[in-house]
Amino acid sequence: MKKSTKKNQWQSYNLPNHLGYFGEYGGQFVAETLMPALNELEAAYKKIRSDSHFKKEFKRLLKDYVGRPSPLYEAARLSQKLGHRIFLKREDLNHTGAHKVNNTLGQILLALKMGKKRIIAETGAGQHGVATATMCARFGLSCEVYMGAEDVQRQAPNVFRMKLLGAKVIAVHSGTATLKDAMNEALRDWISNVSNTYYCIGTVAGPHPYPMMVRDFQKIIGEETKQQILKSMNRLPDYVMACVGGGSNAMGMFYPFIKDTQVKLMGVEAAGYGIRSGKHAAAIVGGRLGVLHGQKSYLLQDAEGQIIPTHSISAGLDYPGVGPELSYLADQGRVQIVSATDKEALEGFEMLSHLEGIIPALESSHSLGYLKKYAKKLKKNSVIVLNLSGRGDKDLNTVAKLQKISL
Amino acid sequence: MNRIEQKFKLLKEKNQKALVTFISAGDPDLKTTEELIYSLDQNGVDIVELGMPFSDPMADGPVIQRSSQRALQSGTNLNKIFTTVAHVRKKTQIPILLMGYYNPILQYGEEKFFKKCASVGVDGALIVDLPPQEGKRVKEIAQVNGCSLIFLLAPTSDPERIKLVCKNASGFIYYVSLTGITGAKLQSDLQKQSALKLLKKTTQLPVCIGFGIKTAEQAKKTSQLGDGVVIGSALIEMIEKHQGKKAPQEISTWIKKIAKAVH
Ligand SMILES: Cc1ncc(COP(=O)(O)O)c(C=O)c1O
Repeated sequence: MKKSTKKNQWQSYNLPNHLGYFGEYGGQFVAETLMPALNELEAAYKKIRSDSHFKKEFKRLLKDYVGRPSPLYEAARLSQKLGHRIFLKREDLNHTGAHKVNNTLGQILLALKMGKKRIIAETGAGQHGVATATMCARFGLSCEVYMGAEDVQRQAPNVFRMKLLGAKVIAVHSGTATLKDAMNEALRDWISNVSNTYYCIGTVAGPHPYPMMVRDFQKIIGEETKQQILKSMNRLPDYVMACVGGGSNAMGMFYPFIKDTQVKLMGVEAAGYGIRSGKHAAAIVGGRLGVLHGQKSYLLQDAEGQIIPTHSISAGLDYPGVGPELSYLADQGRVQIVSATDKEALEGFEMLSHLEGIIPALESSHSLGYLKKYAKKLKKNSVIVLNLSGRGDKDLNTVAKLQKISL
Repeated sequence: MNRIEQKFKLLKEKNQKALVTFISAGDPDLKTTEELIYSLDQNGVDIVELGMPFSDPMADGPVIQRSSQRALQSGTNLNKIFTTVAHVRKKTQIPILLMGYYNPILQYGEEKFFKKCASVGVDGALIVDLPPQEGKRVKEIAQVNGCSLIFLLAPTSDPERIKLVCKNASGFIYYVSLTGITGAKLQSDLQKQSALKLLKKTTQLPVCIGFGIKTAEQAKKTSQLGDGVVIGSALIEMIEKHQGKKAPQEISTWIKKIAKAVH
């Protein structure tokens, strides 16, 4: 394709299409029992999307309850060390400590409009579970969160937090007992209780309309960033970076920049023990097209299409799939997908803690680790925005354990 | 006309309902699966559904999850299932359909999958997470190869979905008796379900009702509401209890009783 047509393609970008496809990715691969519920959800979402009351209420609560806008902070010592001008989008300062809350606020407001009184969610790191439990407490809804038994162990503080908020946490022992199994179990619950239950998915994955809807609720990240960087630098950044699990903080950050083709968008997946070790969670870098959890997208699987166990030091990235829109943007070359290992993420974690007095989530530490390693390869003095998707309090146990310290 | 269609024609002539049974191929191993098929055939089962195991069966309850897991552990894959069916076809012409999730088929190659079905004697496929609007291409490929593509409907199905499924279905329509996953408890409101009523008005195809049927009495009652019943989890639980290898003999009296009740 010629450059000029490429550019046009992005000027008029408005995927997904009416069937929920981003190119060949997306769709609705679910049991028939759920199809009417997905149609109902899509119709309800389309209605509120253009409803000025809903938009006002969403904006108001993002401001007064979540604490938005989150600052765009120029990290001076980090910039000096890496030889660029680095700005951090401080999603870690949101209420509940991560970007996840933007989406849960939107979806819970939608559930209320739909008259659903029972909310279910899946969670990996526990951040989406905490955000969902928080919103359910705020609006007086019943909340049940599915969480892999292994994650219940490694994210114990978040489990306790959810319980304090009045949610029921259900440990999932089936399969590999991590995020994908929590999602299987949440889907089974939804299939069984679909008439009174709202399934609040925590990332830009799952059957249409979830990838589109979650992106829309998260795009506030990129919209604010754009205004903030224009205000402080009077120009757009050269690079915008985000870590990629399912892809919600990345899509929320990238989406408003898609048309600005001079801005390079970079997503960092979790390379675990290294891509070649096979023990990682980098779906785009190391996987191929497949279908899981209602969507067609890049997927980590064996030759026969069975899903393979993933590994990442960060529970929030430990998932074999990735949202369909990122798969599409990666194929089209609009987003560059790279990866960082556990070790590189830990270096990023330490670097930000020491240089800026900010303890990042292990998920966000992946983009910091990547930046640390590749800063020299980027054009000198680049303006770089990095989405600091969450804070690291929840990861203290994990990091302490690696240093053989018991808290 | 493939074996499924022939079977329903025959049953209609005899004014009989169909007994369809589901087992996971390769649980606990494919040798036992082969023996089980013979036993089901000899004891009055009309159609065998063979589960293709998947690591993440999101519409299945614990019984079929465990069964899929055992099948995967015994090294079951699509090629081995096809080899087993080819072998079975030397002894029986019982209609066989493969049931499972989309990803293993997508990776195997949809064309290759249905060509193989046709060549070994598989009569149809039911892909749980491939609703008709996503399955247009697959439907064409199945058709070209003489295979039925079975779709599901459920109590939640609205008139629009019922119309869409009926337009695309072949072989028979699988009506899920309850809003839930496999292995759940049968609900008593079945004959009042408006989706089932509308479905029967809309389609010429046979309607088989499944999910939650565990006893001969339930099978008899449920079969009267459609053209047949599907039994899965109850049978698999029995196979599990009998440690597999002895299962073909152990299930025969039970299946015989159910078949008698249905026919
Ligand atoms: C702080 C943080 N960042 C990133 C992620 C990864 O999810 P996503 O890729 O959807 O942003 C998580 C998930 O739990 C998280 O808690």
